Amino acid sequence: MEWETVIGLEVHTQLSTRSKIFSGASTAYGAEPNTQACAIDLGLPGVLPVLNEEAVRMAVKFGLAVGAEVAPRSVFARKNYFYPDLPKGYQISQYELPIVARGYLDIDLEDGSTKRIGITRAHLEEDAGKSLHEDFAGMSGIDLNRAGTPLLEIVSEPDLRSAKEAVAYLKKLHSLVMYLEICDGNMQEGSFRCDANVSVRRKGDPKFGTRTEIKNVNSFRFVERAINYEVERQIELLESGGKVVQETRLYDANKDETRSMRAKEEANDYRYFPDPDLLPVEVTAAFLDQVRATLPELPDAKRKRFMEEYGLSQYDADVLTSSRELADYYEHVVQESGRQAKPAANWVMGELTGALNKSGLALSQSPVTPQMLGQLLKRIQDGTISGKIAKDVFEAMWNGEGEPDAIIEQRGLKQVTDIGAIEALVDQVIAANPGQVAEYKGGKEKLLGFFVGQVMKASGGKANPAQLNELLRKKLGPAGG
Amino acid sequence: MHDKTIAELAAALKAGEFSAVELTESLLARIEARNGELNALITVTPEQALAAAKAADAARAKGEAGPLAGIPIAHKDIFCTEGVRTSCGSKMLDNFIAPYDATVVTRMKEAGLVMLGKTNMDEFAMGSSNETSYYGPARNPWDLERVPGGSSGGSAAAVAARLVPGVTGTDTGGSIRQPAALCGISGLKPTYGRVSRYGMIAYASSLDQGGPMARTAEDLALLLNVMAGFDPKDSTSIDHVVPDYTEQLAASIKGLKIGLPKEYFGEGLDAEVGKVIEAAIDEFRRLGAEVKEVSLPNSKLSVPAYYVIAPAEASSNLSRYDGVRFGYRCDSPRDLEDLYKRSRGEGFGAEVKRRILVGTYALSAGYYDAYYRKAQQVRRLVRDDFIKALNEVDVLLGPTTPDVAFRLGEKGDDPVQMYLSDVYTIALNLAGLPGMSIPAGFAKGLPVGLQLIGRDFDEARLLNVAHKFQQATDWHAACPKGFE
Repeated sequence: MEWETVIGLEVHTQLSTRSKIFSGASTAYGAEPNTQACAIDLGLPGVLPVLNEEAVRMAVKFGLAVGAEVAPRSVFARKNYFYPDLPKGYQISQYELPIVARGYLDIDLEDGSTKRIGITRAHLEEDAGKSLHEDFAGMSGIDLNRAGTPLLEIVSEPDLRSAKEAVAYLKKLHSLVMYLEICDGNMQEGSFRCDANVSVRRKGDPKFGTRTEIKNVNSFRFVERAINYEVERQIELLESGGKVVQETRLYDANKDETRSMRAKEEANDYRYFPDPDLLPVEVTAAFLDQVRATLPELPDAKRKRFMEEYGLSQYDADVLTSSRELADYYEHVVQESGRQAKPAANWVMGELTGALNKSGLALSQSPVTPQMLGQLLKRIQDGTISGKIAKDVFEAMWNGEGEPDAIIEQRGLKQVTDIGAIEALVDQVIAANPGQVAEYKGGKEKLLGFFVGQVMKASGGKANPAQLNELLRKKLGPAGG
Repeated sequence: MHDKTIAELAAALKAGEFSAVELTESLLARIEARNGELNALITVTPEQALAAAKAADAARAKGEAGPLAGIPIAHKDIFCTEGVRTSCGSKMLDNFIAPYDATVVTRMKEAGLVMLGKTNMDEFAMGSSNETSYYGPARNPWDLERVPGGSSGGSAAAVAARLVPGVTGTDTGGSIRQPAALCGISGLKPTYGRVSRYGMIAYASSLDQGGPMARTAEDLALLLNVMAGFDPKDSTSIDHVVPDYTEQLAASIKGLKIGLPKEYFGEGLDAEVGKVIEAAIDEFRRLGAEVKEVSLPNSKLSVPAYYVIAPAEASSNLSRYDGVRFGYRCDSPRDLEDLYKRSRGEGFGAEVKRRILVGTYALSAGYYDAYYRKAQQVRRLVRDDFIKALNEVDVLLGPTTPDVAFRLGEKGDDPVQMYLSDVYTIALNLAGLPGMSIPAGFAKGLPVGLQLIGRDFDEARLLNVAHKFQQATDWHAACPKGFE
């Protein structure tokens, strides 16, 4: 029996505003518990929310970037439920009239085709605090620092058909919100969280199957594994004559399984109603234009441009535009290097990415700046150093030894292009290896590499490889001759 | 000194007849002596009051005193006052010392007014008799066996008994106007959004509005001058120019068009109260006003619509009282659910629980459209009625309440009877319009209130109309026996 998987994702992106969505308290992560919660965040009697305009701006920016309709009038509603880390006993969210509706995101499939995933809506809401269950011997601690942090909840259509597609969509979305600079994208700190609605149906069945919701999966890898596990579970259940129960499930990464949290039947009735403390949010055409003017070049457009302008392969363009920061870095290197687009791509994707991965640093922390890398490429191009030596220079730059020219100078790495000097070395090597010379002359042409290596070694790697090759061939004469 | 109005006190302070400290001491002594029988104030703050009075005197000595510096005031215990218990009349907040001042309180402080204490009220402003207060009912100075009205009952009783010349109140369905009427004083509910709600503990956010209560319209104008204005901390406050409300007080009302909503004069209106209102209308005719009948056809729907919307908002507003962060917490809860259930079960009184239950029901899945959405549609119709009537006339006039103050306990068992005592006041909150109640005479030996209703932001006209009436009559000057 052929089964089809149907997935819809709800992503909570934490908007990177400086202050909270309805109060002036700071949103910075990692402060001492309850030091960034003001009277409004605590839900003290008598306090009132005031909407942070920056959060609206960011939501609008997102709406424009995914080709969505930005509602000229959207409404905040209260979602009522009791929980100790929800100070007011309700969350201010948007319900009937969200700020963003009907957008889309195009994702690339493995077969090279593109698929359009619908975005049903994106709405603004406040985050809750955190309950801390350890360290309080039988009690729970409440940290309200996060309470009131602005979130944009982005809800996709059930257009995704596999865990891989889901991950592709998530990665695309992740990259987009960071491009837009509306979210720091930090998944460990919970700035980008995902709930997955998963169901299966027989291929060709027009009706959706009963879905389960997997809560709060906080890495791309776990999303893929959680969905795959859940799909397997549902198929097994259905094939053995069982029924899927609509419920919320939690993914346990340690056991690699999902398990039931609560059935939908016992779920809360949230009693949504428009929040009488807040006026409807009105987005004027002028505001929309103002935000549109701040939109950066989006990933798809950038990728296309990289292929056209720099002659990069789709793969290289993909990698280099995966984040705005990396793309900016790359373009900077291209400029500094005198428009060596392809070598710049190789170095950024090779040496630089390798070094970053190895050291666990983020691009922004790289000791090698784009200027430095660009200069290095220039020195390769103008023959000052060889590509091989350049790797040593890169390592030295990485270790904080300074600008490429200074390193080349200090270490005396300048390529030897003085024919006389190379010739002397070649003569030395030929004289020292009569056996190999005889074999070469006897037809073993492969031995040329041996002589190149020996001369290189004698030069400390500084001999110009092209000159060296030419000189050796001349001195040794034709192989087999 | 206690028998003087705010305007008279301000003049006396300015003239140096007595100091703010002397005035404060005198009223504190009177409160000490007389509050026991009234239970009008539930917190008295002598130390802060004397410090504020001293500061007012010092400012006056330096020539820096504003017009109301040194004037004593009391705040309804729904306004947060930094460092002072703010109970909202509830056991739930009996232990709550507010860490900040409400905007209204801040404005009063900045204007140099001297807070003497906090006034009694129905629990979370839910009630029309002050009987739902955790601290016991305030009593009506005109008859201590009768209610002062509610929910701002303590405020009204304090002013009527001359314990304090002016107070703040809040009005969600009549909670300023009804107690003002029953205690024979003047009270103004401003246009929704005119006075900041920041720091005013919410009952029903879309209806709540703070306002002044005092003996005369002139005093209300002086207090409103301080209270009114846009507040960036309250998104529903409106950035609309604030006039000097005393400026137009004495203007002639010759040619003023007064509308009498016929629905306010029909069945249910006590005959004696009706006669008092008729006499007041004659007075307005003598002052040159033109009187005509108008209609508010949907007014009978106001009470049911109100008792869906207000409890719905309340059920959500009061969710924060969960025993977790502040306020009442039950003893040794077994688990989270027990903490919630017992803290709320023990901390809230019966009327508050009733409204939370009603409101929760009205917002529930499957009932929302039939109740909450429908009530909002009715609300629109109610407002449209007023707007239409106020296109024909300048102000509307009628009785504030169907009857005079009732006896303590008289309506205790029948919430619907209690709700109907607000039948003439509730619609105004649904419409968001300004209204006021002023003393118009006596029926059965008890004060009768006359209600005036105006267009959006037309408080100055209402005050002018009320002031002209008070210049022509002396009902507002009548003092309950024993409190002269």
